[in-house]
Amino acid sequence: MRFFFKTDYNQDINLSRDGVDRFWYGLLIAALLLAPFVLEDFWLGEISYVFILSIVGIGLMILTGYTGQVSLGHAAFLGIGAYTHSILLNLGVPFWISIPAATLLSAVIGAVIGRPALKLTGVYLAIATLAFAFIIEQILIRWEHVTGGFKGFPVPRPEVLGVGLVDDVPFYYIAFGALVLAVLAALNLLRSPTGRAFVAIRDSEIAAQSMGVNLAAYKTMAFSISAGFTGFGGTLFAHKIGYLAPDAFNILLSIQLLLMVVVGGLGSLHGAIYGAIFVGSLPQLIAILRDYLPESISRQPGLEPGIFGLILVFFILFEPLGIYGRWLKVKLYFSLFPLYKKATFKRQKTYTKSERNR
Amino acid sequence: MLLNGLAAGCIYGLVALGFVLIYKATEMVNFAQGDLLMLGAFMAFALIEGFGLNYWLAFLGAVLFMAVFGYLLDTVILRQVIGQPQFAVVMLTIGLGFLFRSGASMIWGTETRAFATPFTDGVVKVGGFIIADVNLSIVIGTALLCGLLYAFFRFTRIGVAMQAASQNQLAAYYMGIPVKMIFSLVWAISAAVAAVAGILLAPVSLIDVTIGLIGLKAFAAAVLGGFGSIPGAVFGGLVIGVIEQFSGIYLPEGFKDVAAYIVILLVLFARPQGLFGNIGRKRV
Repeated sequence: MRFFFKTDYNQDINLSRDGVDRFWYGLLIAALLLAPFVLEDFWLGEISYVFILSIVGIGLMILTGYTGQVSLGHAAFLGIGAYTHSILLNLGVPFWISIPAATLLSAVIGAVIGRPALKLTGVYLAIATLAFAFIIEQILIRWEHVTGGFKGFPVPRPEVLGVGLVDDVPFYYIAFGALVLAVLAALNLLRSPTGRAFVAIRDSEIAAQSMGVNLAAYKTMAFSISAGFTGFGGTLFAHKIGYLAPDAFNILLSIQLLLMVVVGGLGSLHGAIYGAIFVGSLPQLIAILRDYLPESISRQPGLEPGIFGLILVFFILFEPLGIYGRWLKVKLYFSLFPLYKKATFKRQKTYTKSERNR
Repeated sequence: MLLNGLAAGCIYGLVALGFVLIYKATEMVNFAQGDLLMLGAFMAFALIEGFGLNYWLAFLGAVLFMAVFGYLLDTVILRQVIGQPQFAVVMLTIGLGFLFRSGASMIWGTETRAFATPFTDGVVKVGGFIIADVNLSIVIGTALLCGLLYAFFRFTRIGVAMQAASQNQLAAYYMGIPVKMIFSLVWAISAAVAAVAGILLAPVSLIDVTIGLIGLKAFAAAVLGGFGSIPGAVFGGLVIGVIEQFSGIYLPEGFKDVAAYIVILLVLFARPQGLFGNIGRKRV
């Protein structure tokens, strides 16, 4: 195993740890850039979907994983981003302007919601965001002359110089660029004082406050930034699904987003992306699984949500650190090989810790 | 009309009561409460239609079954996440809710079902008002259940032990109260309450697998009353039910569905601890 002796504070905040890290990430980026030359269009579509989910996952991770605020309403921000973008496109606003505009609007709405939600913690916050998501869904249904009501409307397909931006290959590159942008933005945010304040708030609000962190300002900021990322993901999501209707942005999607963050591993950007890969490929996995299961089980109507729930339950019970946590464990096992202690990651049992008074 | 609202409110109140019981005793928030309601209603359906039992026997059977189910749920699964962050419990119960729904749709299918009850289609006339028996049964059933629970917590040893455990788990443990078993019993009671709500609700809105979504409205009720307060839960349920009924009539179309949520957002922003909740001291 390799040891890192840190002799400089910059080593704590550098984007990459050393040359080996840079090499592997560079290789990954190169492979993804070259993918359109090798893969079929179907797979490109699937991968761009994972990219988009990753952007949304990063948004939710900043709020839930890093700031410790649970939101059950992120589908609403996704919806706001998607609808704003498509409506602006319909009005003739160029692609490159409507995306930032939709992102900005989501961030502003996030701040508006986040501001009064400050006083709420834990469950209350989760329920307030849930209520907010329901209200947005109803607005999407009722505001018919703008959103098309229940029926919805097809998302426009913009073109530049005769090339359809949302055709498979150009869209793949757009989604990839967007993801790289989002990852860099998130990494830089999280190593800045703002990001550290977020983590401090997650770990203990009172302790953060007594260290001089302005809770109100930072919580609102976390909400707003998270909503911005999610709205940004939403603009691309609109092109992915191709047709906007309110029931695409319901509570189930919010839960799916949370599942993504939990299964990936709370509190790490890697986790957001692993979670996106997992959730993005789950429908395919289930489709494959259906072929192997006996007829009597595979024909059942509730199979998909059931598997969904089962995975969630298993991860919470047996792998609370998520896929990223499992990866860390495997890595540690090999680097410590003969000396790995089984209880390294064992959870402590606590009985008296109360969140009621937080 | 007021009574219609009250009847809907009683159901919300009963489901909210389940949330509050569990939250008060174990600090867990059970997002699967609505699905427990659904399971209870389906159990009654299975007993009546499948085994041809009498309504009252089926009622009792379904409630007992759900109580055992709740007890096992806690001992087998939920006990493992005690002491974990609340977030873990929220996700766990959401996942369980999905499982229950999928299980129910595998056993009973996704169609809407109905079973006959002694209250279906009957009406009572009280001083010129016509009241459906169904609504009356819900209101009376809720009142009876609340009285029963009150007596249980006030006069029985286990009830008092439950109160002690919800105040301070460690102290209760030192006093010789079997805290783990008490927690499981709380889950059993809460599941039984959900079953009662489900069976009372069945004749009003026919049962199908998505009936559990009513749990989301019950959240509004629980939050409105303050999450830790039992009278608050029932009161919150009644308020939400009545508001919903009236906003369906006096406000533009579409407000009926969101009225409950607008109310809780307003309440939460004005008084984050709910109407009956008390503010805890903060500790690092």
